[in-house]
Amino acid sequence: MVWEWSIDGWILLAGVLSACSCALVGNFLVLRKLSLMGDAISHAVLPGLVIAFIVTNSRASLPMFVGAVIVGVLTAFLTQVITRHGKVEHGAAMGVVFSILFAFGLVLIRRAPGADHVDLDPECVLLGNMMQIGMAGFGGMFPTAITNLLIVMAANILFVGLFYKELRICAFDPELATSLGIPASVMHYALMVMVAITTIASFEAVGSILVIAMLIVPAVTAHLLADRLGAMIFLSLIAAAVSAVMGHVLAMFGPGWLGMKTTVASLAETSPMTAETSAMMAVVAGALLLAAVLFSPEHGLLGRAYHRFALATRIVGQDVLGWLYRGQEAGKHVMMRTEVIRVIGRSWQSRWALRRLQHQGLLDVETHESGEAGLRLTQRGRIQAERVVGSHRLWESYMSEHFDLADDHLHEPANRMEHFITPELQDELRRDVPDATRDPHGKPVPPLNDSLLDDS
Amino acid sequence: MILNERRDVTAVADDHNASSPLSIHDMTVAYHRRPVLWDIDYAAPEGSLIGIVGPNGAGKSTMIKACLDLVPRASGSVRFHGGTYRAQRRSVGYVPQRESVDWDFPASALDVVAMGCYGRIPWCWPVRRKDREAAREALDRVGMVDYADRQISKLSGGQQQRVFLARALVQDARTYLMDEPFAGVDAATEAAIVTLLRTLRDGGKTVLVVHHDLQTVPEYFDHVVLLNMRIVAAGATAEVFTPENLQKTYGGRLTLLDKAAHVMASGGRR
Repeated sequence: MVWEWSIDGWILLAGVLSACSCALVGNFLVLRKLSLMGDAISHAVLPGLVIAFIVTNSRASLPMFVGAVIVGVLTAFLTQVITRHGKVEHGAAMGVVFSILFAFGLVLIRRAPGADHVDLDPECVLLGNMMQIGMAGFGGMFPTAITNLLIVMAANILFVGLFYKELRICAFDPELATSLGIPASVMHYALMVMVAITTIASFEAVGSILVIAMLIVPAVTAHLLADRLGAMIFLSLIAAAVSAVMGHVLAMFGPGWLGMKTTVASLAETSPMTAETSAMMAVVAGALLLAAVLFSPEHGLLGRAYHRFALATRIVGQDVLGWLYRGQEAGKHVMMRTEVIRVIGRSWQSRWALRRLQHQGLLDVETHESGEAGLRLTQRGRIQAERVVGSHRLWESYMSEHFDLADDHLHEPANRMEHFITPELQDELRRDVPDATRDPHGKPVPPLNDSLLDDS
Repeated sequence: MILNERRDVTAVADDHNASSPLSIHDMTVAYHRRPVLWDIDYAAPEGSLIGIVGPNGAGKSTMIKACLDLVPRASGSVRFHGGTYRAQRRSVGYVPQRESVDWDFPASALDVVAMGCYGRIPWCWPVRRKDREAAREALDRVGMVDYADRQISKLSGGQQQRVFLARALVQDARTYLMDEPFAGVDAATEAAIVTLLRTLRDGGKTVLVVHHDLQTVPEYFDHVVLLNMRIVAAGATAEVFTPENLQKTYGGRLTLLDKAAHVMASGGRR
């Protein structure tokens, strides 16, 4: 397969423009929990298109847009009406409206007078016709689809840019918006109009099925990664653009890389290409979402696995500090490394935890005459250890005061809790227990830090 | 249909107490023609802290929402400081229930509080520096300034409630309507909210609060509205908050009202 800028350049541009337009309005659909609305409108516009065609007897863009806008608003309106009076939930109402409108559109194509020569190829509606855009631009012409996409992109940027504040408050709290004089219902219909226009313009590029992917997937991906609206919109645009570019590149070269027989894109036989690019765009968008699910720093599965690991390491480390501290109390200031390893277990995690303690300057390692490594708390290590042991003993006191537990049942729960008691909690514990200087077994509770800095 | 009967506008205006911050005249609210609030007639005294109390399903939230045109009224009218809500929007602040919004929304506490200023910012105009400063100041008043930049889903329930209060504060209204601000908050937040409400009242504001904890009513509120589909009693807490009135409010729904509502919902058919 040969990369031909005069064709593939236009395809890339069309893909990026439609994906980004969709993503821009898609953010607000996702935030308003109206994701299905994109699907609904992208189907429901069909009768609008057909009627526009019948009335004007042309495929000019403007009547198509007008038809789409009217049906888009109608979809949103009918959904409201059915939700309110039909006693069904919003999603079900949308399903009712768009499937009926879509069916009506299909009937119109087949039966309406003058519509029998509508060359609305079903496959073209579903999957778009990227190659046609590319071909139209072949030879230096500026494809109309690109002009439309540029206008729609500009309109979307203008819409979101100008009404950023209004869209934000209406998405977050429509009642407050209305009570402040920003009518949420007006913004709702304005958004629906933008979705309808964007859908129509993207029809030719990605097809009606994949419009929904571009409306929703980049925005959902961005929602996982961003915790500010501006950042979310920015990331959704990046995700959309990457999907478009990667989608086309993979559609062109992916099968070849996989060793599959590449599609023959003879200029006459274009439909396989078409489907591949728009379908691949959605696949890439899906892959990006999967990556966000896995790698998102906070909600990501890997992030959570990392946090579990970090917590486990911290717990082992604190156990070592506590162990060494108790040794010190018994007059033993150095412990053999082998001895400690025997207590905390031989896993690589224990070794990693020991290394970290050393690295953080909480632990000194000294080599003994016997050649064995000995561990000793540094001054900072001792302060940390006091916090851990203090938490442990205070928790024991707290439990023996408030829980009906035998004294020999206090150690285990305290062993767990000692890692989770913050200095503030420890302060509260000190105030809450009858004797904050001794634990129930009579062992001293180390006082909180500072004072002991000049001790050792 | 009787409920939709339009009254003469000038006549309605005369029925209102123009000096009251919130005057409700003969308001009935119905869902699908089934009345849920009957003939509410009430004038809130200015500069007081008013509790709206009643059992579940009594229509407490509905009463507030109907005053704010968020729920349609079947009949009757509402005046804020002598004008309609549309006209007096700026002088009315509303704190909805915490669950009414999605806290996963990508916004910081400061962003949410600044939304209270949106009514003052012209259309298509971005949030200005002075609005953000006002928002920060309001966060400070509810003890949340340290959390200004935190994403709202990372706040505790009590902290989220305080964010909502701060948002109402930046609206700088004269009358506040709050829907269960004490629901699901910790003791520290509850104390902070009470202090704030008193400060507002002492500053001459009128605050109406939907409340569900009967025990704290005498301590928190100067005035109380006992509500169960109709106003059972309203007035100074010391006079109205009596065992007899509470018995009337909480002692079950009025079956006759329920039956009448049912008849109205079915359009008069038996």
